[in-house]
Amino acid sequence: MRGISSLLLAALLLAAPVAAQTVAPSPAMPTERPHPGASDVQSAAPGVGESRGDGQPARQNPETADPQRPTGTAPGPVPQQAAPTPTAPIPAPPPMTARGPSADELELQRTLQGGRIEGRVTIPNQAAGVLVQPEGRSWRQFHNVTLNWVGGIAVGGMLLILVAFFLVRGRMVMTEGRSGRTIQRFNALERANHWMVASSFIVLGLSGLNITFGRYLLLPLIGPEAFYILAQYGKIAHNFLAFPFTLGLIVMLLLWVRDNIPDRTDIEWVKSFGGLFGGAHPRAGRFNAGQKVVFWITVLGGGLVAASGYFLIFPFWGPLDVNDMQLAHIVHSVLSVLMVAAMLAHIYIGSIGMEGAYDAMGSGQVDLNWAREHHSLWVEDEMAKARQVVAPAGARPAGD
Amino acid sequence: MARMKFLCDADRCIECNACVTACKNEHEVPWGINRRRVVTINDGKPGERSISMACMHCTDAPCAAVCPTNCFYFTADHLVLHDKDTCIGCGYCFYACPFGAPQYPRVGNFGGRGKMDKCTYCAGGPQQDNSPVEYIQYGSNRIAEGKLPLCAEMCSTKALLAGDGEIIAQIYRERVQRRGYGSGAWGWRTAYRETVNV
Repeated sequence: MRGISSLLLAALLLAAPVAAQTVAPSPAMPTERPHPGASDVQSAAPGVGESRGDGQPARQNPETADPQRPTGTAPGPVPQQAAPTPTAPIPAPPPMTARGPSADELELQRTLQGGRIEGRVTIPNQAAGVLVQPEGRSWRQFHNVTLNWVGGIAVGGMLLILVAFFLVRGRMVMTEGRSGRTIQRFNALERANHWMVASSFIVLGLSGLNITFGRYLLLPLIGPEAFYILAQYGKIAHNFLAFPFTLGLIVMLLLWVRDNIPDRTDIEWVKSFGGLFGGAHPRAGRFNAGQKVVFWITVLGGGLVAASGYFLIFPFWGPLDVNDMQLAHIVHSVLSVLMVAAMLAHIYIGSIGMEGAYDAMGSGQVDLNWAREHHSLWVEDEMAKARQVVAPAGARPAGD
Repeated sequence: MARMKFLCDADRCIECNACVTACKNEHEVPWGINRRRVVTINDGKPGERSISMACMHCTDAPCAAVCPTNCFYFTADHLVLHDKDTCIGCGYCFYACPFGAPQYPRVGNFGGRGKMDKCTYCAGGPQQDNSPVEYIQYGSNRIAEGKLPLCAEMCSTKALLAGDGEIIAQIYRERVQRRGYGSGAWGWRTAYRETVNV
């Protein structure tokens, strides 16, 4: 190939020596190419080529381009053969067809066995080196089928249970009625923090449910334009409210973790179902076992939801790839729908489900009878502390 | 109607990245976004192949299936296009897409995702064909002008083929029969649930 091209080139050069002057010498060209302007080129030029018409045969091979002509220095003496050095056997190449991997086979293999088809890209976005990721199909199955069922059953089921419970049990009232005297249950900081978390959570939960179920439930009702506005602002709110939500979780942990360590009274509380289905109110400290469960669901579940959510807000942070993003979404969405279900129960029992309960987070002052029924040990503690404060140091009760 | 597809003949692709550049230039794609890219597998090893990859306009498009706002639609040629006016930039289509086609400009606070951008098969979007607003959102609309996607049109080795799936598959089959080898149609099993049998 190289010989033929050099042959043609030389013929061209000889046919048009003037044009050849402008051709820059190329390192890729073989060495037998005559230097433009060399004497043999100049002398051979007249009478060579078809255009001259002077009787010379066309396409006459110039002497200088004879492929048989030896070029370069004569080969020296053959170097003595060195003793063959032992080399490790070359490992067998990965199974491929004769000329490389087959697209069809590789895609089928990765689809069945998992794993991606990856390579190298020359653009800065190295994540683009993933050619095919079959895991997307599994994520689609999760998002479109599994999550809908889990979320539907968790949220819908909890709503049904609460409605049924309300219809059967009705509102739980104070057995002795209101006493008229109140006791401080949550101070301003505790309440403000609770409502920061709660209001963030409600918007986060609704916008998250909209992302998951809105296409099926809301989009047909309000149309694409209105739905887009809702979804867009929902997404912005979802991203931004993540920060107050997380801050609130941290403050909540610091404020209440002391009173939420499980202890012996919780066993008793759980055994009697917290008096939920009638019977005497079990004893409880500042938080009963049910509230402790809600606390740990909020702190631990919310913490995981927040952490996985930050991976979704800041995509491909650090070493994360697309499969990590899918995993983050799975953790985020499953925990979120379970938390929404749990918080529905929490909202129910803290509002219409129980007389007097809302005051704790409303004014912060609960009725003393309510406190005695639901948090008997806590009331005793508070009373003891109050007496301590009132009594001056070293004072003894009268009659001693 | 035709069923438009892409086919990259990896035995011809020389990884010149001209398709990537042409696409970026034709559509004035924003910084950081490549609607098309060239991936080299087994780089420097036996069986090295370069494959130019973009949206494959899948038959059962995963992006459209998972979109929370249902912003995807299909043209008569079965191109998978999307409406940026209803895209909220959630990123779900990227998680579902087997080819990593959806891209997001980094906009707003924290470099959050903007509206998704991907290969339109040079067919624009739902706006009026070749209107300025369509050009700003989606780039040029060559299909409306009766032209094929630019990446395939200008491919110097004709490795990247675009057009009716049956016709480009037939071209590829003839090539493989003539030269005696071919690594197959990359992405076709994943995108179209079919392969080009030679």
